[in-house]
Amino acid sequence: MTALSFPSETLTRTGNLNLAPVPALADADRKGLTKKEVAADHPTWCPGCGDFSVLALYFKLIEKRKMHHEKITTVAGIGCSSRFPYFVQAHGAHFIHGRALPFASGVSLSRPDLHVFVFGGDGDAFSIGGNHFSHTARKNVKLTYCVMDNWVYGLTKNQTSPTSPLGYKSKTDSWGSGDRPINPMKQAIAAGATFVARTTHTNPNHVLQMMEAAMDHNGFSFIECLSECVEFYPGAFDGANPRKGGQFPEVPKDHDVTDEYAAYKLSEELMPGKFGIIYKVNRPTKNENEAKIVATNREKFAALPDWQILQKNFDRMK
Amino acid sequence: MSETTTATAPAGGTPQVSHISEAVIRIAGNSQDGIQAIGGFLARLAGRSEQEVMTFMTIPSTISGGPSIFQVRIGSGEVLSAGDEADMLLCFYQHSYENHLGSLKAGGIVLYDSDHVTEIKPENLQKYRHIGLPISSLVVEAIGGTGRDKGKNVYSLGLIAKMFNLDVTKLHRLLSERFAGKDPKVAETAIAAFNGGYSHTLATAAELFKFKPGENVGLNQIVMGGNEALAYGLIAAGVRFGAGYPITPWSDIMELLRKELPKYGGSFMQTEDEIAAVSMAIGASWGGRVAVTGSSGPGISLKTEAIGWAVMAEIPLVVVDVQRGGPSTGMPTNVEQSDLNIACFGGHGDSPRVVIAPSSVEDCFYTAIEAVNIARKYSTPVIILTDQGIASRIEAFPMPNLEKICQDISPDLTPVADHKPYDLAATDGITRHLAPGTRVASGKYPVVTGLEHDELGHPTGSPKLHVQMTAKRRNKLKKLGADLPTPEVFGPPEGQVLLVSWGSSKGPVQEAVKQARAAGDAVSALHIKYINPLPNGLEKIFEAFSHVLVVELNDEGFYGYGQLGAVLRARYCDPKIRGLTKVDGLTWKIREILDRVKAMTK
Repeated sequence: MTALSFPSETLTRTGNLNLAPVPALADADRKGLTKKEVAADHPTWCPGCGDFSVLALYFKLIEKRKMHHEKITTVAGIGCSSRFPYFVQAHGAHFIHGRALPFASGVSLSRPDLHVFVFGGDGDAFSIGGNHFSHTARKNVKLTYCVMDNWVYGLTKNQTSPTSPLGYKSKTDSWGSGDRPINPMKQAIAAGATFVARTTHTNPNHVLQMMEAAMDHNGFSFIECLSECVEFYPGAFDGANPRKGGQFPEVPKDHDVTDEYAAYKLSEELMPGKFGIIYKVNRPTKNENEAKIVATNREKFAALPDWQILQKNFDRMK
Repeated sequence: MSETTTATAPAGGTPQVSHISEAVIRIAGNSQDGIQAIGGFLARLAGRSEQEVMTFMTIPSTISGGPSIFQVRIGSGEVLSAGDEADMLLCFYQHSYENHLGSLKAGGIVLYDSDHVTEIKPENLQKYRHIGLPISSLVVEAIGGTGRDKGKNVYSLGLIAKMFNLDVTKLHRLLSERFAGKDPKVAETAIAAFNGGYSHTLATAAELFKFKPGENVGLNQIVMGGNEALAYGLIAAGVRFGAGYPITPWSDIMELLRKELPKYGGSFMQTEDEIAAVSMAIGASWGGRVAVTGSSGPGISLKTEAIGWAVMAEIPLVVVDVQRGGPSTGMPTNVEQSDLNIACFGGHGDSPRVVIAPSSVEDCFYTAIEAVNIARKYSTPVIILTDQGIASRIEAFPMPNLEKICQDISPDLTPVADHKPYDLAATDGITRHLAPGTRVASGKYPVVTGLEHDELGHPTGSPKLHVQMTAKRRNKLKKLGADLPTPEVFGPPEGQVLLVSWGSSKGPVQEAVKQARAAGDAVSALHIKYINPLPNGLEKIFEAFSHVLVVELNDEGFYGYGQLGAVLRARYCDPKIRGLTKVDGLTWKIREILDRVKAMTK
């Protein structure tokens, strides 16, 4: 018989700080969080970076929706914008480049009680993480993904990104980019995302509106938020900023958000393009599908302790 | 077939019956002949008959068809390997006959389908006992014309049952259980095919056999394969979430978990790729309950970056690596132990992690539980390094005490006053994360990260912190190494030769020791289960031997050591340590080990 060197034991949560359990608080006794309570480290972004406004609006979302610290999870991959979790006072994870979505899916699928927000940039989402973007969208995993698209690699200091427009001069394409850029809206719709919205950092009210709608969507909700890189691609989004002589054309009032072809058509133009909810449909989420499989399986076994379920299998292998 | 004694004298043309303590039966055919099923029935019968059993199989890596074998060794006493040479060979085709006759011991029995095996060389008739039966035609006679290919295996099982006097009642029950729930006609046909084979007189056989009673009397045994045992071990350990991508031979584990976990309220996700699988498992582990991912060969290469993240962020995780022949796509359905290096050292930077290798099917079950508990206790990724040699073989082992073993590892979400995940002053130096959903009264929430970080998980470029945190990650596992039991020597603790094994080589190495000692050679063995970190005290064991030969299924490399051999050389700087390796994609034969030992210690 094999003896276990490491039998199960009750593990304590270590630390030199006060880990003594504290009483639970009833929701009714808890006030909404203030911006001060939600802000953590001071962001490391360059002054004037568009990401500041996305962060500020995320704080506002938490305040406005009276979310509790511990129920919020902020997940990111690698890139300037992916530094996000450090700046938020909530359970956060700063994962590896391009893989924030599968990590966040693991959280969402195993912990349905949490809000899962994922932040990242265009390189993280559409280049190194391109495969995960398509599959998380088609599986309709319940989480909100906000891509701060600046059309350039910022953290590594000015290389061509998958959304850099043709002719963009970067350190890796000094003669101008020759690869057709990705259209994030079309990509998301084609992959099967059930909520697709577009906004820009220079219109704070609109960003918040999109964040709220995304959070309320039951499924994979994707927001592309144009977010200017003042260091390497200044003026990239002036065309979408009325204060800089551009336009902010919203999705027409009569647009049917459930019409996939109309949504695709609406996504044609990249600058300024259309802002608002481009596509939104309801389809069972991966979370619901899995929960259904579990419920069906549990019907027969719910009354049994786990070891007896396993015993039934083992008895058949005698 | 050792210790053969003749019990019944030949009488009037009926074959005599000899009592035997063990037999090695090899069945050779094509992959669609269902010969794995015969092997499975024989193994389960042995388990129910208080015998020991071990199987060995090869399957082609082609999509459909191709030659395939199943070898089963049944013993009334201890069985440590699937056997070097077969006592009986059952072959369906000319190619099976020709390719596998060499695996039969001199004087062994070859039972062949004379409808397909037509050319027999006269010299073979001298060396082996030939029994030719038109099996294909006989099956048609027994069960009719349709579906005869399906009946051939069960008919042959009947023939084997006749030849070895197997318990027909138990076999009938196994057949009925196997085909239960399907169209009742399927079970009826199976029984008819079996009875057809069993009722054959085997008049041309000179001898029939009967096993002595099994020694595992009163043991309640179960029979399963290594991958199954590993998957069930994870379930017993309380794992309720996993993610994976299909690859041979790991897929069995993910298929089983996908099917079984929902019964326990859990789920297993098939992801778009290997990287998504490991990332999703890490996300779920961070969610508060150790999750599992796994793969084989190339898939493990893809996962290394994320495993490095889990080392850095100190997230518990179980990664199963069912090794196969490498590098690259290599030999997907063959056995090799060449992933030790990637398991221990794969990835960039200094990233200490735990590697454990199970040695048998039973050990797969218990190792899975240990891996989960080490991952939790030390907040670290643990790699279970199993191999194709165990993954697909079937063994009988005592029923585990599930009520005692099964554990609940649900996360504790009790609110706390304050928390630092990477606390440098923690008494045991081990990180323990709060699962998201846990309220921290101070309002200061932790971040888990792959960047070098301070005690709260916030990024730092401080040289001092990098030194401290690197030491923290290393020292917690050094502590684990110090807590590990020193393995026990198999055989006397001193002598000429010490054979060091890991993984599936344990059984063959111990059998080699038994044979060597029976021949008067001072050979002992040491099996190492905890590969990384190593347990303490090995140098003391090595001291008592003149030769330390590390037996492993991988290449000798530039400097003459296999992968564990190189680690032991680096750790102990002992010139006695040498490598005894091979890479033919097959498990060890006892003869091979003994010959190599002789040559190396001359």
